[in-house]
Amino acid sequence: MSDTYENSDETLADELEVLTLPLDAWHRAQGARMVQFAGYWMPVQYDGIIAEHVWTRAHAGLFDVSHMGQLLVSGDAAAAALETVLPIDLANLAPAAPRYSLLLDDAGGILDDLMLTRRNDGFYLVVNGATKWDDIGHLREALPDDVTLNHLADHALLALQGPAAAAALERVATGDRAVADLRFMQGGPFTLAGVPVWISRSGYTGEDGFEISLPADAAAAVADLLCAQPEVKPIGLGARDSLRLEAGLPLYGHDLSPETSPVEAGLGFAINRRRRATGGFPGAERVLSELAHGVGRQRIGLALEGRQAAREGAKVYHENKLVGEVTSGGFSPSLGHPIALAYCASAHAAPGTQLEIEVRGKRLPARVVSLPFVPHRYHR
Amino acid sequence: MTRYFTQDHEWIEIDGQTGTVGITDYAQSQLGDITFVELPEPGTTVRKGDAPCVVDSVKAASDVYAPVSGTVSESNAALADEPELVNTSAEVGGWLFRLTLSDPTELGGLMDRAAYDAFVEGL
Repeated sequence: MSDTYENSDETLADELEVLTLPLDAWHRAQGARMVQFAGYWMPVQYDGIIAEHVWTRAHAGLFDVSHMGQLLVSGDAAAAALETVLPIDLANLAPAAPRYSLLLDDAGGILDDLMLTRRNDGFYLVVNGATKWDDIGHLREALPDDVTLNHLADHALLALQGPAAAAALERVATGDRAVADLRFMQGGPFTLAGVPVWISRSGYTGEDGFEISLPADAAAAVADLLCAQPEVKPIGLGARDSLRLEAGLPLYGHDLSPETSPVEAGLGFAINRRRRATGGFPGAERVLSELAHGVGRQRIGLALEGRQAAREGAKVYHENKLVGEVTSGGFSPSLGHPIALAYCASAHAAPGTQLEIEVRGKRLPARVVSLPFVPHRYHR
Repeated sequence: MTRYFTQDHEWIEIDGQTGTVGITDYAQSQLGDITFVELPEPGTTVRKGDAPCVVDSVKAASDVYAPVSGTVSESNAALADEPELVNTSAEVGGWLFRLTLSDPTELGGLMDRAAYDAFVEGL
């Protein structure tokens, strides 16, 4: 028996030293199975992926995402400089409100996706773990000398996700206002376990929930405090992936890459009216043209019948014509059947279209469905 | 009846010329929740080391290798509706397929229970 078909994020990491995160010992004490991911030892599961997935949809799950890069960009010229690097509108971005944006190359390919928040101490960015070193290099090169880029490497990042997350967090967080008063995509400073933290109401599961940036040396105390709440269990990377897939959220390195553009990826919402009018960001020529004229292929959701899953790399056919390729796929615990994200020729991308996915020599029927697969339940 | 094990975490239980094949409890614990099993059709001829069966878990699809050569005589129909039997009963009710052995001498290269347990202990 062998994991022949597993998507191997570990391949590159194998050749480098695998690093540990602040909660490494904490995860092992909780019975986590640890795997290599993005260059770190990370918990893939505790009780089992499906049980953790279902728990998060019903209660609240605590995710350690400290492998992600937390950056702070500051200086008087920071806003103007960031607008030359990102297609974001900082003139119309309220303080403390995280916003989704994209790091693009000059051809409009996606180098990373990220969250950016205007805080008193500067612009706070959260970027993907596997890409953070490249992102830091890219930003250092692109930002002028009077703009400071700090990598907050002494910070951990936790996510508390699920319908009971607000009740659990409200019980233990203190601040100028109640954490439950935050709405989706709002944040602010709070205190947890006696430690100053930054909390935003956001996440990667489709559920209501929070992301908590905190000093690394306080991470174990905060994780203990949160997991002592009856609604909360620790959740591994396996369920994080199945939850985000059901929520239709793309994963960088799989559904997004330098080979995909924001419009193909269905992320045009990240470029608002002002930036569409002004341009002036990397890849603007291609992105603005695609926004105006459409794209030849796009990211779609596919629902499969039966139980056999289609995975990254599986080819998608319309009748006998190759029309696309799966970029993530797996069994959906909430829906009871497999689902997949794919890039597909726009002519065959309308919801309801019947397609086929080739898996190990067999064609599995698959139907195009609108995203998300499982409705979002954000606190708007 | 005698049960043998492979370094790839399959087991095969021999009853006369017939071998029943599954994955070990250790293997299922490593794979996690199993959501689908692709089973070989009866009549399929397999050689030792072929992968006539694939076990899908939430995170990955894994080949199951034939521990010895032979012809598939039966596969476990219960797994179509209950693939999780491979998790809950990997070494009994979660068996995968049966083979009529074509070369029983191949069994000599496999491990017994004690050797397999020691092998897993060393992983």
